[in-house]
Amino acid sequence: MRGPTIIKAADDKTRALNKSTLIAFSGEAGDTIQFSEYIQANAQLYSMRNESELSPTALAHYVRGELASSLRSRKPYNVNLLLGGVDPITHKPKLFWLDYLASLAPVPYAAHGYAQYYCLSILDKHHHPDISLGEGIKLLEKCTDELKRRMPIDFKGMTVKAITKNGIVDIEFNDDKIVKSA
Amino acid sequence: MDTLVARYSRPGAFQNERHIEDGQDDLHDDTTPSLSLKFAMPPVAQPSAWLRSATDDRSNPHCPIKIAHGTTTLAFRFQGGIIVATDSRATAGNWIASQTVKKVIEINNCLLGTMAGGAADCQYWLAWLGMQCRLHELRHKRRISVAAASKVLANLVYQYKGMGLSMGTMCAGVTKEEGPALYYIDSDGTRLSGNLFCVGSGQTFAYGVLDAEYDYNLSEEDALELGRRSILAATHRDAYSGGYINLYHVKEEGWVKHGFSDTNPIFWKTKLEKGEFTNVTSSFAEDEQAGNRV
Repeated sequence: MRGPTIIKAADDKTRALNKSTLIAFSGEAGDTIQFSEYIQANAQLYSMRNESELSPTALAHYVRGELASSLRSRKPYNVNLLLGGVDPITHKPKLFWLDYLASLAPVPYAAHGYAQYYCLSILDKHHHPDISLGEGIKLLEKCTDELKRRMPIDFKGMTVKAITKNGIVDIEFNDDKIVKSA
Repeated sequence: MDTLVARYSRPGAFQNERHIEDGQDDLHDDTTPSLSLKFAMPPVAQPSAWLRSATDDRSNPHCPIKIAHGTTTLAFRFQGGIIVATDSRATAGNWIASQTVKKVIEINNCLLGTMAGGAADCQYWLAWLGMQCRLHELRHKRRISVAAASKVLANLVYQYKGMGLSMGTMCAGVTKEEGPALYYIDSDGTRLSGNLFCVGSGQTFAYGVLDAEYDYNLSEEDALELGRRSILAATHRDAYSGGYINLYHVKEEGWVKHGFSDTNPIFWKTKLEKGEFTNVTSSFAEDEQAGNRV
């Protein structure tokens, strides 16, 4: 969005860092794509040179380092990120919350911006670490329903991706559903 | 407009000065009509703007007067009446002023009001509303309707619009004519009837839980639990909400109080017995990153 006009409704605000790690980003226009693609390029370069994948944890710390040095530069990147992935060795899922101040937190579920205010209480109540993918999608739907119901911004639909042991998969998500509040 | 009001209604001290200066001319003074409004105003050009600059800590974090603000309150209508629930924390800036505030005000034995925004404003005007409701009862020999009671308050706050009142309140009651009735009134002068409202800084968190599970046909037990759980969600995520959960059920026979219970044991009970709040762990974040603990 620039000014009062939506330029593109279905913009993919995610970048894959390797086969099993993905970042989702928000923040200042320009900064977001520049930073994410810089991170993506370096992650891919590492995979090519070493014929191995960095773990989500390693990548998260790398991204945090880049954000930290950017923060004290002449023009810091204004980007907030969520980094998720499945560890290639332990096969454990990992999620990290990062913001433009270079905070890094490992979390079971996360959101950025105004969505936090609406979604975190839902996730607090309904999240369990051992839910299936289907139940996870249902939970996501609970969150988007609430955003549609209460948030004064129309965010024009969602991009949904899942990271599994077999890699990153696009998820069909029905965001045309009309939600009425009680 | 404010300057105009100020011209016709200077504070006492200023008026005395004028009297001394004017002397005999006072009788023929055409700038101050004798029947003018004698409403004491602060000696500044725009009182409302001045008050806002002194109290609004959103626009000015160093403002001299900190008004108690943060809160979570909720009320919803359902098949068995109305559930009203609040937290109990009062904050002034970043200071927790009290953890044991009664934010549900018992207007009479079947009308309840909730308190969000300026603590003093709410406390005073809801007590005043209680008085007006009692007077209505005495004058008309029947209890006031919720619609009327809420409108008395809405009209009152509308008179004071722009003068710095800060309140977000809900009036809940069950009457013969209306059934269960719920109204939202705020200091902008808004008055709305509805099925469910959450008010205060923790409103979004309460809405999150309440919207997902709300149903008009909820049983009494489930409705009470949902109200309690929604306030718990807000006290967990909103720094300005916390303390105790104050829970009421309004029925046709009158309201019933369902406790003023500490959030802390309720939180741990919910976490340990239901496995919710999985973001709260007993291990350090560093351990998890290093993979010492899964």
